[in-house]
Amino acid sequence: MTVVLFFVTFVVSIADLTASVATFGSEISNLKSQTSSLLSVVDGNSLNDHSLSWPTWQKWRRTLRFGDYNTQIVVFGTMMLGMAAGVVGSFTLLRRRALMGDALSHATLPGVGLAFIIATHLGLDGKSLPILLIGAAISGIAGVAAILYVRNMTRLKEDAALGIVLSVFFGAGISILTVIQQMSTGNAAGLESFIYGKTASMDMSDAVLIGLSGLFSVLMIGLLFKELTLLCFDEGFAGSRGYPLLLLDVVLMSLVVLVTIIGLQAVGNVLVIALFVMPAAAARFWTPNLKQMTLISAAIGGAGGFVGSIMSALMNLPSGPMIVLVCSSLFFLSMVMGIEKGVLVRFLRRRELNRNVDRQHLLRSLYELMETRGLSTASTSRQTGARFPYAELFSYGSWTSYRLLREIKRCQRAGFLLRNDDASLSLTDSGIAEASRLAHEHRLWEMYLITHADVAPGRVDQSADAIEHVLEPELIARLERLLQQELEGGGIAPSPHPIEPPGDPQ
Amino acid sequence: MSGLANWSWSYDGWIVLAGVLCAVAASLPGNFLLLRRMSLLGDAISHAILPGLAVAFLISESRSSIPMFLGAVIVGILTAIFTEWIRNFGDVDEGASIGVVFTTLFALGLVLITRAADHVDLDPGCVLYGAIETTPLDLVAFGSWFVPRVVVVLTIVLCTNLLLILVFFKELKLSAFDPTLSTSLGMNSRLMHYLLTVMVAVTAVASFESVGNILVVAMFVVPPATAYLLTERLRSMIMMSAAIAASSAVIGHVSALVVPRWFGFRSTSTAGMMALCAGILFFVASLVSPRNGVLVRIIRRQKLTWRILSEDLIAILYRMDERQAGCAATIDQLRAVLFSGRWLSSLLMKQHARRGNVVEVPNGYQLTDAGRRLGAELVRSHRLWEQYLVSEGGVAIDRIHNQAEKLEHFTGRDLRDRLQQETSSPAIDPHGKPIPPE
Repeated sequence: MTVVLFFVTFVVSIADLTASVATFGSEISNLKSQTSSLLSVVDGNSLNDHSLSWPTWQKWRRTLRFGDYNTQIVVFGTMMLGMAAGVVGSFTLLRRRALMGDALSHATLPGVGLAFIIATHLGLDGKSLPILLIGAAISGIAGVAAILYVRNMTRLKEDAALGIVLSVFFGAGISILTVIQQMSTGNAAGLESFIYGKTASMDMSDAVLIGLSGLFSVLMIGLLFKELTLLCFDEGFAGSRGYPLLLLDVVLMSLVVLVTIIGLQAVGNVLVIALFVMPAAAARFWTPNLKQMTLISAAIGGAGGFVGSIMSALMNLPSGPMIVLVCSSLFFLSMVMGIEKGVLVRFLRRRELNRNVDRQHLLRSLYELMETRGLSTASTSRQTGARFPYAELFSYGSWTSYRLLREIKRCQRAGFLLRNDDASLSLTDSGIAEASRLAHEHRLWEMYLITHADVAPGRVDQSADAIEHVLEPELIARLERLLQQELEGGGIAPSPHPIEPPGDPQ
Repeated sequence: MSGLANWSWSYDGWIVLAGVLCAVAASLPGNFLLLRRMSLLGDAISHAILPGLAVAFLISESRSSIPMFLGAVIVGILTAIFTEWIRNFGDVDEGASIGVVFTTLFALGLVLITRAADHVDLDPGCVLYGAIETTPLDLVAFGSWFVPRVVVVLTIVLCTNLLLILVFFKELKLSAFDPTLSTSLGMNSRLMHYLLTVMVAVTAVASFESVGNILVVAMFVVPPATAYLLTERLRSMIMMSAAIAASSAVIGHVSALVVPRWFGFRSTSTAGMMALCAGILFFVASLVSPRNGVLVRIIRRQKLTWRILSEDLIAILYRMDERQAGCAATIDQLRAVLFSGRWLSSLLMKQHARRGNVVEVPNGYQLTDAGRRLGAELVRSHRLWEQYLVSEGGVAIDRIHNQAEKLEHFTGRDLRDRLQQETSSPAIDPHGKPIPPE
């Protein structure tokens, strides 16, 4: 609870700071004119008249050199926001609560409305930012409590808890805002847009607010790094070590509330969700290490805010959606290019494995062919009769002629094979050695299956096929020791079953 | 009830009907979303369709419903496909992939709409957030009948959902609970996934064009979640969720008219109140659900605590009586042994007195014959367990008391007899105390 109190006082103190700097009157009247219907702005930025056109050179130069004071602030603010959300988002993602920002950003609405009503009744200015932010924080924390209640006290799962809190709190908020519209005292117009997004009109105090809260959340994450890591990866173990799970959960969610509120106020709620989810999800493609992931996620979030707001200034488009689009481009880029789990890397790895499997099959088939022809596998390849026509090999495995040819070329490059002019090939010395080794490993596994796993000799070939490519040298050594009697001395193991071309067409 | 003074069936009746239709239509597929742990898909789709609306608008250059509807449904289905795609190819957690897809699409939609806004006024607000209050204003004629267009649309959606669920009940059920099994049985669980998505998209688009998206997002999640707490069977869960959805719609509209009056306002958003009412119903269900309710569990635990304390009181009195026959003990003497609360202990002793287990004598309470029998049973269970733990379980003698203290409250006649057999009918326990006969 102390953490929550600390958090609230923190928000209050920052909000006070903001209030002293900012002058709201003119902004409110601006926003009022933009707000056409009550709900139109709840889910995004207020939409002014934006014309899409390629920016002039002058504009490029001015924006990129940050000549514009307003651009400087917006770029700085959204960058800080992106970094803070990236750091916090890493943990919510790993906790499988990626969409918590969604639920909590909706959950702040009733607090905003109630704070306005209460403040107006007390004769205060209902639209003063600190009051609204306190309301938003309290209702966000109530949302956190509700999520924890549903998750811990009922048998519903995380997603249902988030969905319930999201929709019910939002419904309550809409009801309260509708009531506020009828209030005779106080002017409620623009209340939602006031709290939901005004990137373009962000001022110095907002940027400072975002910077400070970002710093605070990064600091908290840094201090509790070990505990939060444990919470995310192995909740049961963390509990058994005596960590206060509920408290840690509350701290994490309070940080989400903090960043959400600051983000909502600055740029709109869909943007905030995106900033929580995308940088963290993108960072996972680059590294398996949590520390690095957090840093990369912060970098991606920061870059999204930076590039997005510059682009929005250049193209005259709303900055919220632009930041989201930049972030999602970064996400898709990471998804494809990521060096740890990226789609491309995994595709290449799989292709490499498939090709190695093909090559090993080819070499083993050659070895078996040599055996069936009664050739000594110890002698060199230059002997007569050691020519293997492609056609014979083609019937030996279930490969297409393209795949077969490709592997033959690859083996040739590796120095295992020689291609002859009459569409046949011969093994080199190193090729014979490699082929013998592969056949030996295959047969070791077959023997193991027959003698120790009681598999019928007729069925071992395929099982061994599946596993021979991943056998480690240590395992081979153990198999050799285990199968000493069957091996009858050294050398290459004999095949435990008659060899026939498996892919023989009828 | 002054808010209901202006109730008019031709106006409020239609609003309630539209609310009920929308709520029930959304809650039906919501059950399967909940079971598949995809509750947030409704919310995601309702945001993600924005680019569909924008593109449909840009292509058709009009705000007529049909192209908009088609565009929205297509993008809704694409949302599900993209989500699935990112989850499979990128190996990303379900929630995160939903988050990536819907925020991207929504942002794209916003950009497209600002683009479109140059040509004609298209406010995402009026597209996304229709108002249920305006339902009775847009009427369609059926002969001499005038029915709101919204009611017609929602009735069609509801019937379609109902029909699809009835026809594919078995497949939906199996693929929700065990997708692997359903695939191995030859039912395509992926197909069911997309069928569900289409239902969600169509329901979402049809509903929030007319009644607002808060309502439909809430009804996808909250009534099924409530029903899930109340029952273990899918069939009754679906029926209950429909009933809960319908009743929260009715209560919601009534309270939208009534509740604000208490605070001196006219009325409030019907859709918002419907969502809030569903939330309140959920909360109540989570408290009093017969099997898993929070309150029910607390009460059950409390009753067990009381029973154990009341048995302990009798057992202590029996042990005292054993040492000195006919002895009496005051509440404070008993409490000194059991560390129990004064109020609760005296209440439970009074209960024992009422049942005839003890009698009140000048210097405290004394066991009656009935009480002595009860105490003997408990002490017998306790000492038999101690004997069993030592002789059969090999537990050290200084650790058996606490275990036996717990087990004695859950040991009946049959178990005592078996314990006696297993320990070959001992006369005394490991501490040397006599084991009372049955």
